Formats: sequence, structure tokens, C-alpha cells
Amino acid sequence: MSLLMKLHFKMSQHTKQRIAFTILGLASAIVIVPVIVIFAILIQKGLPAINCQFLTAMPRMGMRAGGIFPAIMGTLYLVAGTIVVALPLGVLAAIYLVEYARQNFLTRMIEVAIVNLAGVPSVVYGLFGLGLFVIFLKLGVSIAAGSLTLAIMILPVIITSSKEALSSVPHSFREASLALGVSKWQTIRCVVLPNALPGILTGTILGISRAAGETAPILFTVAAFYLPRLPKSVFDQCMALPYHLYVLSTQVPNVKPALQYGTALVLVGMVFLLNFVAIVIRARIRSRKQW
Amino acid sequence: MVEVPLGKDKIVVRDLSIYYGNVAALKNVSFSVKDREILGVIGPANSGKTSFLRAMNRLNDLDLSSRVTGSILLNGKDVNREMDAEEVRKKVTMVFALPLPLPMSIFDNIAYGPRRHGTRDKKRLEEIVEKSLKAAFLWEEVKDRLSSSAMKLSGGQQQRLCIARTLAVDPEVILYDEPCSGLDPISTAKVEEAMFELKARYTQILVTNNVKQAARVGDRIAFFLMGELVEIDEADKIFTAPRDKRTGDYITGRFG
Repeated sequence: MSLLMKLHFKMSQHTKQRIAFTILGLASAIVIVPVIVIFAILIQKGLPAINCQFLTAMPRMGMRAGGIFPAIMGTLYLVAGTIVVALPLGVLAAIYLVEYARQNFLTRMIEVAIVNLAGVPSVVYGLFGLGLFVIFLKLGVSIAAGSLTLAIMILPVIITSSKEALSSVPHSFREASLALGVSKWQTIRCVVLPNALPGILTGTILGISRAAGETAPILFTVAAFYLPRLPKSVFDQCMALPYHLYVLSTQVPNVKPALQYGTALVLVGMVFLLNFVAIVIRARIRSRKQW
Repeated sequence: MVEVPLGKDKIVVRDLSIYYGNVAALKNVSFSVKDREILGVIGPANSGKTSFLRAMNRLNDLDLSSRVTGSILLNGKDVNREMDAEEVRKKVTMVFALPLPLPMSIFDNIAYGPRRHGTRDKKRLEEIVEKSLKAAFLWEEVKDRLSSSAMKLSGGQQQRLCIARTLAVDPEVILYDEPCSGLDPISTAKVEEAMFELKARYTQILVTNNVKQAARVGDRIAFFLMGELVEIDEADKIFTAPRDKRTGDYITGRFG
């Protein structure tokens, strides 16, 4: 009896393990499937539309023909503006929270606020940006207002990842520096920040992807429906890829599907490219890292 | 306690107590450290040795729960009340238990302190680096690869690098917190040799768990137990005829 039970136990252990591994394997395979499908569809339907003219020309005939150049440039401007605002702000906030702030009611409130900020739906950011930047601060519907709105949206991502990156720099590095009579700020600048940079960049990558792809926050703050020219200043409106895609898909009748898929492919490709550049930069910094 | 003329004291500790929260790590300790001596500090774990060192260069400030009463005078100036933390730490530098090279080249490690303190001239930095590495007995081993990573050095070399790094900021006092605890005997011998050579210029305080090391290196020995200073005396006297029975017991290995 006991032998039988042992045997049964052993077998079921083994079987259980196999079942578990199968489920785990399937779960990770399922994650890949949508990525592959999305890319397959985008490339199959969108690639024919992509040519030199599509990428570099202004849209014509109510966006039914021509290129998407202003939308590409608009998205680039927005991403650049967003990073310029969000990166320093986020990193400085993270430095304060990790290195200087004491654990008290105020810092807990700040941390709760950051978590909540991350959970706000993007359309609410759009309304918030409309209220604060466009109307109250009188920036108008402009790249400035859109970038600021996107910056606030990705701030939690950047703060959270920067905080983690800063905390992961060994405490002993700080002490080694401080013990030489080096001030705290110099220690942060010369020892902590350089070593936290790869982690900070990871957060920035995530932020860039989100900022480049979001439609709702730019809907009321910057995006132009149809603007076949490049913006003249940061206080000008611009087209942007996600919104352009939305317009093509829902607002303009008789658009060739290839144009829509082509636009989507360019958007995804751009996010990929931005990520790739950031990943390369991060890898280069990491390879110089020596611990 | 041995009375020394005040003029020759580099460091005077008066009624020093250190608390972490409500726990006293050091209780009402008073003694002095003479100019250019090596003071060996021995004692079992939790005796307050490291707390004392971290109070000396005010690294305790980083621990928000810590509190220091009494005073530590460096050259007659109270380190907690009459000097700011950076000034104290520049004059009283510390070598830690584990070698802690910064993740940069050997050269940059040594030049790190002087650079932060405002030395920009490349020639001057090169001089400092060479001088410091020579003083720490590391120059011959690394002179051809100053630009390679300090993390690739062996443990013993790293620890001497850390000594060289502290020398580069031109301190007056060097604190060692069990500097050889992770090193093999040969590396230990080299670190000790460096300490001997440094005696000519620096006051050194060596906290160690290794009683024999304290005997080899120390001019005087302080024995801490449970946060109290049991005895401080010339090394010869401590090791041959300790006045307190507990000192004798610890040295001969009856406890601790």
C-alpha cells in the first residue's frame, strides 16, 4: 500500500511538473502571438503603401493621397519636447525621493500621487492638458501644450524607473565617496547618477514609446486634423501619427486601406526605432559599467 | 588610562556615547589618540568599535536614527560642532572592511577625491596618483595599467587602492575598519606594511577582529567591550600584562 502510494506520488510529481512547464511555455508563446500577428498584418497590408513619397511628401486631396511627412515630423517634435520636459523633471524628482527625502507623511503622499498618476486614463490627461496648458496658461493648441501633457503622462514611468535605478546603485559606493570628504551632491552627480543611467534610460524608453503612440492626450492639446505643412514654432499645431491614423480610419471617407496600414506601420516602426536607439545607448553605457 | 600631554594629542574623545534609536552602541568613552601613532582597536562583535570609527568621520550622520553625545576633538576642534561633515571626512578618511573601488579606472579612483576637491590640473593629478599609489605599495603592480578598471584588481590590490585613494585627499587621520578581513595573509602583510610606512605622516586607527594584527601593527591598543572602553595602553603592556582580567581573557582567546 505504502509503496503504491509512493509510486503514485512520484508519478504525479513528475506529471505535475510537465503540466506546469507546458502551461508556462504556452503562456509565454501566447505573448508572442499577437506581436507576430500585428506585425504580419501591418507589413502585409502597409508595406505596399510605403515609398519615398509616402514618407517625405505632404498629404494631398484631403489626406487621400500624398505622404504623411508632417505627421512623422510632428510625432518626432512631440516626443522630443516630451523628453526634454519629463526626463530632467522625473530624474530630479527621483533623486530627491531616493537620496534626500526622509520617510514621512509628505513623501508618502508624493509616492501615492505618482502611483495614481500612472493609473489615470490617457483621455483624462488630454482634458487636463486642455484645461491647464491650452486654456489656463494660454499656450493654445500647440506643440508646447501637447508635449507638456505627454510629459506629465509619462512622468510616473520615468520617476519610478529612475528611483529603482538610483536605489540599485550600491550604498557602499556612496559611502566610499562620502568618506573622502566629497559632498553629497557631488557624490550623486559623479558616482550615483552615472551608474544609474542605464536604468533611467530604460524608463525613458518606455516613456518614449507611450508618448509616441498615445492619441487621447494630444487630441485636444496639439493634434491638427489636416495641416499640410510643418509647424513654424512650438506654439504651432502639428499633425501626429497616432491621431492621423485615427482620422484616416474614422473621419475621412474613401481612404485606401493601404494608407492606413502604412501609417500604422510607420508609427510602430518609429517607436521601434526610438526604442532601438535607446537600447543601443543603454547597452553601450552598460558595457562600460564595471560592477 | 595613560595620561598624555594635551599638546601631543591628535584626537581627544570626551564622554562619547553613540545611540542607534534607544540602543547605546558606545557608552561614555573617553580617551585620546596621539599624533602619528597607530591605535589598534580590538573587541568582540557589538563592542562599539565600528560605531566609534563612523563617529570619528561623521559617517554616522547618514544613519538618521543615530545620536552622538559627548565630543570628539580633532586638533582641538569639535568635529560635530565646530567643523562641517565634509571638512571632517576630508581630514579623517576611512578604509572600509570590504575593498570598495569605485566603478572606474585605477587612475580615476585615486584622482576622484582630489578632482572633487577642485584639482583640475592634469600634471598635478598625475603626481598625486603616483605618490599615493607608491605610498600604498601599489605603484609597481599597476603603473602600466592605470587606465584599466579598478574592479579587475585582486582583493588585496583593491584594498591598497582604497588606501591610496584616501591618501590622495591628503588626510591627517586614516581610519581602518577591519581592512584585512577579506584578504589572504600575503595581501594582509602588504596592507600592514603600507600602514607602517604611513606612520611617518599620518595618525592611524585600526579596528580589527584579528588580535594578532593589532599586536603586529598597533603602538597602543584599545579594548572595547559591550560599548565600553575596558582598557587602553601601550601594545606591549596590553599583551603582556593587561590590567583588566577581561582584556587578558579576550586576548588569550578565552572569549570573543
